[in-house]
Amino acid sequence: MSVVAALAYALLGGGALLALVRVARGPSLLDRVVATDTLLVVIACGLAVYAALERDPTLVPVLVVVSLLAFVGSVSIARYVGGMLLRSEGDGPAA
Amino acid sequence: MTDLDSAADVVAAVCLLLGALLCLTAGLGLVRFPDVLSRMHAGTKPQVLGVLLVMLGAAIRLHGWSASWMLLLVAAFQLVTAPVSAHMVSRIAHRRRHVRRDLLLVDELGGEPAELGGDEPADAH
Amino acid sequence: MSRGRLATRLRHQLPLLAWLVLVWILLWGTWSWANLISGLTVALAVTALLPLPPVTGGARLRPLPLVRFVGHFLADLVVSSAQVAWETVRPDRNRRGAIVAVQLRTDSDLLLTVISETLTLVPGSLVIELDREQQTIALHLLSVRDRADVDRQKAAVLAIEDRVVRAFGSAADVAALDRQPDQPERTSS
Repeated sequence: MSVVAALAYALLGGGALLALVRVARGPSLLDRVVATDTLLVVIACGLAVYAALERDPTLVPVLVVVSLLAFVGSVSIARYVGGMLLRSEGDGPAA
Repeated sequence: MTDLDSAADVVAAVCLLLGALLCLTAGLGLVRFPDVLSRMHAGTKPQVLGVLLVMLGAAIRLHGWSASWMLLLVAAFQLVTAPVSAHMVSRIAHRRRHVRRDLLLVDELGGEPAELGGDEPADAH
Repeated sequence: MSRGRLATRLRHQLPLLAWLVLVWILLWGTWSWANLISGLTVALAVTALLPLPPVTGGARLRPLPLVRFVGHFLADLVVSSAQVAWETVRPDRNRRGAIVAVQLRTDSDLLLTVISETLTLVPGSLVIELDREQQTIALHLLSVRDRADVDRQKAAVLAIEDRVVRAFGSAADVAALDRQPDQPERTSS
């Protein structure tokens, strides 16, 4: 099981690092939103892998909160950017 | 009994590893793909399947605890919510002209997202 | 009259209530009468305080097409995840994306929601815009080889619509599938 643990943590850590690279480099706000979303989901996966390997369900409620926060966060940023768009260009959905 | 347990553990380990691998490819796609819309693809498909597999593996390992139901609930939430946030972000990206048009083979919206379709069915050319 | 309206409203809210109670019980993780009753209370409070427009009108479940849809969905999810994963590691960058518009034949809020969620998850597509009045959906395709490939992926979109409608749609929705797709009915509604 320790081999599985090392391998799974390495894969997840690689994914999280790459997502962080995109958060740092991402030319636009939306790139960063996508990358943050992915990063949070990778963190949730990491918590689940820990809970599975240790057979320790203490962290599972945290995992639920993290995965829902990823959704709420990206939707609220998308709505915020969309609101700026409507005001700046003046072409609402009725146009 | 121990045979059954070890078999379930092997299945769970395979699920966890495959899920982690898919999370890695999601990160890789985020870095390598050229524009926002392609990156959304990387952020939705492999990632959703990855979360499903990891949660399934964890639910197998935590079999018997009440927490395993919570893990399956997380997986179901991910299935429902990931397309919604992906759609919202990609719609904003398209409206704000964040699309690299030189990378498109076909663009049937023609850069006028407000007048989608028009009078005739939009796939008549 | 108001009693009849209340009855229809309750019928429309019932699936939502059941779903909320189920989520509540799953969150607690154990089944007990106390969980059921408290979940019912919370679900009633949520639906009374934050009312949603009814979307489930006229939907029904057909078991056999539902199994077919779920089976296709899971298989496609695995295939498309593998495809996108392969796209991320393949060395050559010759493939290009495409934005296409597809004329759907369905006219139901719930069905369009299910279709677009499925489309985002399943093939190489991502929903960008959904024109509710024209029933037109705009998709971004991750990688296409040529025009024939675009047409093939559009046909896959229509096949998914077909499976979703046959699994969840009412009889009128299924009948709408068989009309000519290039002559949408303008006079109705």
